[in-house]
Amino acid sequence: MALKKDYEDIPGTLVFDADRGREGYHLNQFCISLRLQKNRDAFNADEGAYLDRYPMTAEQRQAVVDRDWNRLLELGGNIYYTSKLGANDGITFQQLAGLMTGMGNEAYRKMMVEGGRSPEGNRYQHEWDEEGET
Amino acid sequence: MARITAGVGCSHVPAIGAAMDLGKTGEPYWAPCFAGFEKSREWIKEADPDVVFLVYNDHCTVFDASFIPTFALGCAAEFAPADEGWGPRPVPVVRNHQVMASHVAQSLILDEFDITIMNEMEVDHGLTVPLSLMFGNLGVDDEWPCLVIPLCVNVVQYPAPTGNRCYNLGKAIRRAVESFDEDLNVVIFGTGGMSHQLQYKRAGLINKEWDIQFMDRLTSDPVGLSQTPHVEYLREAGSEGVELVMWHIMRGALDDEVEEVHRHYHVPASNTAVGHIILANKKDLGVSI
Repeated sequence: MALKKDYEDIPGTLVFDADRGREGYHLNQFCISLRLQKNRDAFNADEGAYLDRYPMTAEQRQAVVDRDWNRLLELGGNIYYTSKLGANDGITFQQLAGLMTGMGNEAYRKMMVEGGRSPEGNRYQHEWDEEGET
Repeated sequence: MARITAGVGCSHVPAIGAAMDLGKTGEPYWAPCFAGFEKSREWIKEADPDVVFLVYNDHCTVFDASFIPTFALGCAAEFAPADEGWGPRPVPVVRNHQVMASHVAQSLILDEFDITIMNEMEVDHGLTVPLSLMFGNLGVDDEWPCLVIPLCVNVVQYPAPTGNRCYNLGKAIRRAVESFDEDLNVVIFGTGGMSHQLQYKRAGLINKEWDIQFMDRLTSDPVGLSQTPHVEYLREAGSEGVELVMWHIMRGALDDEVEEVHRHYHVPASNTAVGHIILANKKDLGVSI
């Protein structure tokens, strides 16, 4: 019997569970390697050669090359890992959030200063579907 | 014997550490966040703990995806601040009460909490930011004013341990501490939270009402609060809000009867609601060993 995933109906949210952990393993291990300067230097000197060390899928590799932050999460990446790729590029957590939400940095920062994203209308997928969001 | 006299709940947002390290705490964005810790620093100076038992989560720094222990106890003599991608924080090395840590490890396992023992470990912002908030700016050549026993909890890969499990682990930690012969005043920290979501299209979620009820119930209904299902944290407090299970470990280690000494709540620090609470056992109020 399958485990119940009662968190799958939260809109705009990808819970990093054991299945995503399995799918994203090599992608996440690549990302976390960038925690160390010597690895950042090697990656920045030759991204392709460095990526060859990690047997991730072609889709995952392309998302890295494209810095497609949401796609990285959809393919099993986790934000604590992908944020190391962001840090390598000089992008902070908050700037990443501006990119992932599609709001841009200024609008996102303003929303946070004004108290953040309200839970109202943001708890269930059907609330987003009715609003025409994806 | 050693005794746990008080508990501290505290967010551990990395940007807070960066703001302290870069001297930005007086800036308009940060000043209200730090103002709420002035009383806390006076309190902890007065409480003067010998040991802080610090519950936190590692952010893929020591534990990358290759191994993910649910509970890992720091048993090394000391723990160096880790490089998380921006260079190590310029704060003191964290020193353990190593004899007590090994005692706690042995006691917990016999108490049926099968923890992982860490004899080599660096520590990331999850541990150093709460220390900085409570003890103020200290540099690499300084010393933290007390010893620290770190306990890492997995909250990165779902599922984190349940709130119930965490609350009961707190009880087991208390039993372990109280069976240690040395007369020591121990303060336990539960860190992380409060509401925040760092990832994907709903990033930026903050739920003040939910956070406040969480802090209220730490005193009024801690057992009921520990039964909160994971999906409620994820839905109401954001995907990273599930870090709050670590506060139940702190709460479980205290007496049933506690008094709220101090509370602070501020939005935002970067993407996160900053929550902070100090709870003291009623019988220990104003008492130091």
